[in-house]
Amino acid sequence: MMSFTFDTAAALLIVAMGGWIVIVPDVTRAVIGFIVYGLMLTIVWVRLSAVDVALTEAAIGGGLTGMLLINAAGRLRSARPVLRTDAPVRFIAALLCAAVSVSLAAVIFMLPSPAPSLAPLAVENLQQTGLGNPVAAVLFAYRALDTLLEKVVLLLALLSVWSLATVGFWPGLPGLRPPALAGSTLDFLARHLPPYGIIFGVYMCWNGASEPGGAFQGGTVIAAMWLLVMIAGMRRVPSIDEAWLRRSLVAGPAIFVVIGFAGMMVAGSFLAYPPDHAKLLIVVIEVALTLSIAAVLGLLAAGPPVPESRP
Amino acid sequence: MTVVLDALTVAAVVIGALFFMAGTVGLLRFPDALTRLHALTKVDNLGLGFIVAGLLLQTGELLVALKLAGVWLFVQLSAGIVAQLVAQAIVQSRRRS
Repeated sequence: MMSFTFDTAAALLIVAMGGWIVIVPDVTRAVIGFIVYGLMLTIVWVRLSAVDVALTEAAIGGGLTGMLLINAAGRLRSARPVLRTDAPVRFIAALLCAAVSVSLAAVIFMLPSPAPSLAPLAVENLQQTGLGNPVAAVLFAYRALDTLLEKVVLLLALLSVWSLATVGFWPGLPGLRPPALAGSTLDFLARHLPPYGIIFGVYMCWNGASEPGGAFQGGTVIAAMWLLVMIAGMRRVPSIDEAWLRRSLVAGPAIFVVIGFAGMMVAGSFLAYPPDHAKLLIVVIEVALTLSIAAVLGLLAAGPPVPESRP
Repeated sequence: MTVVLDALTVAAVVIGALFFMAGTVGLLRFPDALTRLHALTKVDNLGLGFIVAGLLLQTGELLVALKLAGVWLFVQLSAGIVAQLVAQAIVQSRRRS
């Protein structure tokens, strides 16, 4: 009874929050609403015992996407609107969006009970991967191609951010600048938090093989520490053409692809692992991916290259 | 013994929840950004402190207890500093206008 009340309240709150984000006219408010929405979804994922998803949602949905959207909202405020949509266009867009939502909800209600599940199969074959966390096994063994493509998409996202570079400033420094109010308080945080944060990020990556966590969550924490140090002005923001930066960006996907092709020769198919070394290979991929994810996310938040003299 | 511990936990968590509610009311009702920040931070620390204290009584395992205490400490650190930064930004924007 107690948990039913809680779940109902959470579901209603999330629907209300979603509606509010759509309706509120001010972009900044909508963005803040979206961050809160991400945090509430995190609680729901924990309630559904999907701790891996909850960690990702908190790190990406609430944290990093929130930061990206706040940046975007700040830019939009000073930009002139290029295109104004008329009321009928917006009405049709709203109608189409509502149709998608209603169809999705209908599909979920039409699922047979109990819903078809591959979960028993995933747990049954866990032994072969050498991993203890079925989610990690899905990500790196059963559906490794999806994970690989996901990381390539991240790189593409970074490229599209970089393509917004100001003309004549390529390659340059990303638009992240220490705020004018940087002072002793921010310094204190930037000196004392990163040691713990980096250890925690590495721990999450390492632990991901056997318990909730993994490359994405760990990489996000490390990216956050990097951003903190750059925002506090303790380390300069690197130019986007520096060799070490480019190498860390591609290290993860590149090692993933190399091991994938090696699988064709050793284990018979692309992205297959030889059974004796599955865990070792997966950990190698995960470590490299953590590095790349941290680099990509940090640079995504740092923004496109801009002129030096921007206030 | 467990009954006493349970009662203490319930009391502490309820007090913590009350603090959170008071903070939320303050956040919604106080007139300007600095007073709202005051409501938020004071109450956040105490509210979370009481809830963590209540949960500590239920852990029974040292490692879990240490993790809980760690969560509380890190929230203290970041919340305290973020509050300082927000306040600095408010003061600066007031000076500018």
